[in-house]
Amino acid sequence: MPNFQAHVFVSLRPSVLDPAGEAAKAAAKRLGIKGLSKLRIGKSVDIEIEATNLEDAKSQIELLSDRLLANPVIENWVMDINSKDQDSENKTLNK
Amino acid sequence: MTIGIVVFPGSNCDRDVLWATDCCLGMKTRFLWHETKDLNDLEAVVLPGGFSYGDYLRCGAIASFAPVLSSLIDFVNRGGKVLGICNGFQILTELGILPGALTRNKKLHFICDNVPLYVSSNRTKWFVKFKPNDLIYLPIAHGEGRYQCNEDTLKKLQDDDSIAIRYKNNLNGSLDEIAGITNKKGNVLGMMPHPERACDEKIGGIHGRSILQALLSS
Repeated sequence: MPNFQAHVFVSLRPSVLDPAGEAAKAAAKRLGIKGLSKLRIGKSVDIEIEATNLEDAKSQIELLSDRLLANPVIENWVMDINSKDQDSENKTLNK
Repeated sequence: MTIGIVVFPGSNCDRDVLWATDCCLGMKTRFLWHETKDLNDLEAVVLPGGFSYGDYLRCGAIASFAPVLSSLIDFVNRGGKVLGICNGFQILTELGILPGALTRNKKLHFICDNVPLYVSSNRTKWFVKFKPNDLIYLPIAHGEGRYQCNEDTLKKLQDDDSIAIRYKNNLNGSLDEIAGITNKKGNVLGMMPHPERACDEKIGGIHGRSILQALLSS
């Protein structure tokens, strides 16, 4: 079966206060970063999965994200996914 | 009838609850290892405080898939009593048995203190010994206790008289000062404060006693 590589990015919903992001933003300003208007912290989950096809891999990761990786009450998530085999071919081509 | 206290890897208030229910209040209590599925002889289940499964991902997220909790929704629907304390409250929201979510405290501090709370509702048996607006003192010890939910959920909690206790001083930034809620039926209570640490005058208070006594009907 083909292998797929995915990244799921989990972030707090915009309406939910992110105290860790606010603390990091305050430190960024002390560092001298200018023009910073937003800094919110989320999670990135690195996934490899074997599935019959891309649609199957996507539906597995959607279930995983909805039920486990993110809490829909307070968080949103987005996914990047591509074929791992294709990815390594691309890397070879790039060389 | 018996009270079951769930023991997850990482629970650290399980023995405190046993001390309170069994030693202080004389109620028959036993531990439930997280891998068990048998809740048949129990009248009540307590999900204790701590850091279940390390609280990786989100507080209570991994615990909500524990074998011992696979029949908890049926147990609740049959009228079994469930008390989630601190991490246990977080698990009940992750399971969807109680609405909303517990998020990082507003000022990021882990707060460990004996705090004043208002009893908002004495509709359920958990708080029947108090009157609305009674001021009680219970210990809190959490880093992620800021209650959050959407407007519709908050209105439903208010309409159903399901907000059980509120912080007098909203230290963690919870929505509507919420410290503990019940389900509509009243057999499930989730609360961030620790009633099991307030069952003996010698260690600072007894306002937790009647909350735990509600676990058993007799």
